[in-house]
Amino acid sequence: MKKQTVIPIADARDDTAEDGIDRRSFLKLMAASAALASAGCKGPPQEQIVPYVRMPEMMVPGKPVYYASAFVHRGFAQGVLIESNTGRPTKIEGNPLHPASLGATDVFAQASILQLWDPDRSQAVYRGQALSTWETFETALQAQRETWSKDGGAGLRILTGTITSPTLADQLAALLQRYPNARWHCHDPLHDDAAIAAAHLAFGKPAETVLHLDKAAVVIAIDADLFGALPGSVRYAHDFAQRRRSGGDGVAGNRLYAVEIRPTLCGARADSRLALPPAEIERLIWRVAARIGTPGVPASLTGAAHADSSRWEAALARALIAHRGESLIVAGGSMSPATRALVHAMNATLGNVGKTITIIAPVEATPIDHVESITNLAAEMAAGKVKSLVMLDVNPVYDAPADLGFAKALGGVPFSVHLGLYRDETGRHAAWHLPLSHAYEHWSDARAYDGTASIVQPAIAPLYGGRSAHELVALLVNDDTRGGHALVRRTWARHAAGPDFETFWTDALRQGVIADSVSAALAIGSMHTPSPPSPTHVAAAPLAAVFVPDPATGAGEFANNAWLQELPRPFTKLTWDNVALIGAATARSRGLATGDLVRLNLDAMSDHALDIPVWVLPQHAEGVISLPLGYGRTAAGRVGNGVGADTYALRTVAAARGRAALQLHKTGKQHVLATTQQHTTMEGRDIVRLATLAQYRENPHFATDAPKKRVPKDSLYPEWEYKDYKWGMAIDLNACIGCNACTIACQAENNIPTVGKEEVLRGREMHWIRVDRYEVQHRGAGRAARSVFQPVPCMHCETAPCEEVCPVGATVHDSEGLNVQVYNRCVGTRFCSNNCPYKVRRFNFLQYSNNEVESFKAVQNPEVTVRRRGVMEKCTYCLQRITRARIEAEKLGRTLQDGEVVTACQAVCSTEAIVFGDLNNPNSKVNRAKASPLDYALLAELNTRPRTTYAAMVTNPDPALE
Amino acid sequence: MENDALRPPVSKDIGVLRAGWGYASVSDKISDIVLTRPAGWGWITAFLLTFAGVLVFFGATVWLFVKGVGIWGVNIPVAWGYAIGNFVWWIGIGHAGTFISAVLLLLRQKWRTSINRFAEAMTLFAAGIAGIFPILHLGRPWFFYWLVPYPDVMNVWPQWRSPLVWDFFAISTYLLVSLLFWYVGLIPDLATLRDRAGVHPVQRGKQIIYGLLALGWRGEARHWARYETAYLLLAGLATPLVVSVHTIVSFDFAIGNTPGYHSTIFPPYFVAGALFSGFAMVLTLAIPLRHFFGLQDFITRRHLANAAKVLIATSWLVGYGYAAEIFTAYYSGDQYEIYMTVNRWTGVYAPVYGSMLVCNLLVPQLLWSRRIRHNIWLLFGISLMINLGMWMERFLIVVSSLHRDFLPSAWGVFYPTFWDWVHLLSSIALFVWLFLLFVRFLPAISIAEMRALVRESAQEGS
Repeated sequence: MKKQTVIPIADARDDTAEDGIDRRSFLKLMAASAALASAGCKGPPQEQIVPYVRMPEMMVPGKPVYYASAFVHRGFAQGVLIESNTGRPTKIEGNPLHPASLGATDVFAQASILQLWDPDRSQAVYRGQALSTWETFETALQAQRETWSKDGGAGLRILTGTITSPTLADQLAALLQRYPNARWHCHDPLHDDAAIAAAHLAFGKPAETVLHLDKAAVVIAIDADLFGALPGSVRYAHDFAQRRRSGGDGVAGNRLYAVEIRPTLCGARADSRLALPPAEIERLIWRVAARIGTPGVPASLTGAAHADSSRWEAALARALIAHRGESLIVAGGSMSPATRALVHAMNATLGNVGKTITIIAPVEATPIDHVESITNLAAEMAAGKVKSLVMLDVNPVYDAPADLGFAKALGGVPFSVHLGLYRDETGRHAAWHLPLSHAYEHWSDARAYDGTASIVQPAIAPLYGGRSAHELVALLVNDDTRGGHALVRRTWARHAAGPDFETFWTDALRQGVIADSVSAALAIGSMHTPSPPSPTHVAAAPLAAVFVPDPATGAGEFANNAWLQELPRPFTKLTWDNVALIGAATARSRGLATGDLVRLNLDAMSDHALDIPVWVLPQHAEGVISLPLGYGRTAAGRVGNGVGADTYALRTVAAARGRAALQLHKTGKQHVLATTQQHTTMEGRDIVRLATLAQYRENPHFATDAPKKRVPKDSLYPEWEYKDYKWGMAIDLNACIGCNACTIACQAENNIPTVGKEEVLRGREMHWIRVDRYEVQHRGAGRAARSVFQPVPCMHCETAPCEEVCPVGATVHDSEGLNVQVYNRCVGTRFCSNNCPYKVRRFNFLQYSNNEVESFKAVQNPEVTVRRRGVMEKCTYCLQRITRARIEAEKLGRTLQDGEVVTACQAVCSTEAIVFGDLNNPNSKVNRAKASPLDYALLAELNTRPRTTYAAMVTNPDPALE
Repeated sequence: MENDALRPPVSKDIGVLRAGWGYASVSDKISDIVLTRPAGWGWITAFLLTFAGVLVFFGATVWLFVKGVGIWGVNIPVAWGYAIGNFVWWIGIGHAGTFISAVLLLLRQKWRTSINRFAEAMTLFAAGIAGIFPILHLGRPWFFYWLVPYPDVMNVWPQWRSPLVWDFFAISTYLLVSLLFWYVGLIPDLATLRDRAGVHPVQRGKQIIYGLLALGWRGEARHWARYETAYLLLAGLATPLVVSVHTIVSFDFAIGNTPGYHSTIFPPYFVAGALFSGFAMVLTLAIPLRHFFGLQDFITRRHLANAAKVLIATSWLVGYGYAAEIFTAYYSGDQYEIYMTVNRWTGVYAPVYGSMLVCNLLVPQLLWSRRIRHNIWLLFGISLMINLGMWMERFLIVVSSLHRDFLPSAWGVFYPTFWDWVHLLSSIALFVWLFLLFVRFLPAISIAEMRALVRESAQEGS
């Protein structure tokens, strides 16, 4: 994806000039008229408003500008371009130059723009429960600083999440230097502690692993959600899809094996997949390690308990041995440090290190065990040793291990400060709550999964008077430099000391990436092979609990984001809730069905109980229960409060380490779950067409080999001729991983409203592109059915059934072949939706667009009509983007080139599964995609002649596992 | 003998009219309901109750306009719900009136005489209510007139390929012709009422109103000649409409591609269903009418039995429609149609389907028995069952077809909301309320035609 727009920088020449009219102040003014004024905190500006004398550079009304910045999630950066319309950031695009993005993003980055404008964000300083000001806080801090200076900060503790920001790391290092008795603790509920322990076991030092999926012919994912949960997931998905296209007849250039507990995006995409409980997985991997001759692993480990295990063991070993140096094993999530260290040893044995895997020094500033860190902190707090606690963008009252009693301990800290985007659970318990500026409002920096650093530059002045963590830490140490901009510049002037810092800085901002900052491979000395974990690592309880990140709320930090809450979770298509996932046999044995409310107790601590609905997934391992985190918030905001069940209640220190056994009791009650897809079987219909590689080689035209599967050729009417452009789309089901990024990117681009749980229950969600999931019985999928994903936007049918039945001509074909919806003309008969066989049309049954909250007006894309109630809407192929590109081309007196129009769903797709372009251009990518023998039209036999077509899916299962 | 010829005729019992009625007594009997008979407590109670229902209907409609159609249970995929089901149901009920008046007139069926007037009124009210529902159903009802081809500066016309536009014309034509037919038939009776209304102040007012409405009718031979011609012409005009309206209503579905909609059996099947429900409604109305206003001699058991026979016939036609749908689904081999058909038997709406079969196919078979045809209360009960069954049929066609269409991922279930029920039940109240007004203010049986029937019966008897 290439952005034609020049990427300006949000840099100011002199940020320290308090009252000079610099660009940031100007932005502030601009934003004021659009949003700030009405956001309810400041009132309309009192100043005289005069028109521009000199037009600010690059601020052309109607023309968006893009700022290269970074979206920082769990500490790690994903390069983004922030689209800003006359000062209002409205959309996030991936930064094509950033290694973790390559132009794509995940769902969280897309939704972060809504978070920026969230009216529930913290808007003021609080002292306890009373409103206060930054000045009052600074005065209070002054007194604290004196104490700290005296005792060396003996009672001072800093608590952060995962930090990769060089500036913040430097600042905190300086703080620890200034107050040598102070301590820096880290707590991120999803921090991969075991990875650090494993690196210590294997290499004797902390390290991180970077995967090169584009180089791996065989990938074995051991309970690692490569495409969903890792800081590099977007890139990994991209590399995986690239590799897949590069060989195996263009559809199966690699083979992915997944052994996992719960279904993940990676497992759904896998060619061969096996669901096992954690202990079984560990046993399996140790036996595979023995088979491939990993040094130090005893060849005779106890036999496999699972019937599939022995078959898998042989198959995996065979595949690995056959692909030395181009295979890759990755273990994650619930695996013990010993097993993960073993995986390092296996990769080394296979010669993968340096080829498909790079071991780098940790990207995070403090590679420590977070559970241990927060446990120590809580103990000190309880012992009264902590006098001052500064919590930077963390929410431990909500997400610290349940048995630490963090909230109570926090009450004993006299000077507790919480800097947060929301006045959340911690903000309400702390002595001071300070509003944090959003990442798109402040200067910062962060590093990506591979170490690449980016400058985080603001696209708008802070809406609610928040400050960044840098600015707060500068206050703590009484730094001479206070502004975020100057602080970040100072860091980089130090790190990237060169003769021409200004050029370096400008380039860094313009590109969104700091050149050559990627981490170098770590020199690994001798490898230590760990000893096998004791079989009791995972308690042999009837029901083991695994706490997992939620695909929508993360670990709770996005709970107040309505786009994410309403984004159907990939496997359940559930919205506005979390559910305990269990396997089919477990459900049967306990008499449970989806929607049953159960009471969960920890075996160890029976007073920790939780009521949560269960969801039965046949792809889930038996004897294990997966509990998504991030719900049951009490101070998330108006959207997230009270949504779902707070699984942190059961997540004790032991549980966070993967040792939790549960007791499950049926309550006899039911919980109503709002899903967007209630039926997951295809009923024998040719919807998602798939074959194995062998079948494909035998019959390359399997997707369209029967007349019924093809679009009828004959027609009484002559073909309509499109003179200029003829738009079309091709969706590659081989590439789609079902991550939902397209759905949410479309939501952001096209001003699609959210409707809430009640309306989703009624079947009225508004997404223009949905990702359908079907369960298919397919060879190589093991005993359980395989999940396949299919994104469904409007098909823009040539003979569109919707157009024929609209009595007022509100849906018509345009001159470039788009099926367009004329909102002004629509009276709302809904006949078009009835007649749409794909059911992609969405109706405003009520007034869904929020036209009351001012900040939600600001997030709207000015190029897309905001629909009112009573009208139908649907995918437009991003008509506004086509038009913008066409106008630009016409200004240059030429026609549009292939690739100049990129739809929102296409832009965000990490695997490039969606291709859009001109069907009149014989060389366009979309035409090439449609020339594939795999290309088929959904419901072709209806003769709707869709413009959106699909590439049928080809899987590459291990023949031995079929 | 000569005297006999001069003496006004007295009716003989010919089945559809009891013996002993003359011109004057017939006129007295029917016009008294309107002119002199006091409104009894029964009528007043019914009137107040239904009026409350009418207020609820309008209140609910205001709420609907304020909030949007989302107050109903419609969704994606089931974008049409009760409103369209109600529309088809009411328009079906609106069929029998014109059928009885026009078709039976052309077929010279004497038994139509005493029931045609109120059946036509029933048609008008039902079709009128039917016409409201598609407008309520719109997302933006205030723009309903965009379906009309009116000249405007934008030069935008309706989209003529849409059956909804045809529908708009079909229904408005039907309403217009039915209204004309009904009104033309009323003119001699309005004149009778004008002439019989006294000069008492209240009666005087009636006299003026009836007089205006009677358009100067004097009962001249020329009037009668033109009247007869006009009436016959209108009957000729209305007859094809009986077939066309529901045919076009069926196109709303048959033109669509949804399995369960897309079927060539729909036009005849809908027309048969319409007659079926219409005749059931005629019975539902006739039985209380003759009971409360003592019209047993005019609306005789013969009438009711004849209507019952029509019910048997149309019940079989409807049954044929059901069978044809199933047959077509399997004969076509279309997997979507077959799935939809099986789903009707086994899916979430299977209880509705079963109840529909009982009401529309099984229960009407009781009418083969002469005893049951002549048992007023059983007839009344059966007519109610059929009304219910036909409503369920409309619901099934609209909803169950949509809820399981092509892509299983998009399947959903429709659940009615409180407001769905409010609009359905209060529209029935509106209908009854209008009918109560009608029987009090207009002759529920055609006086002029009854007088003709008296003469005919007398001649026939002699």
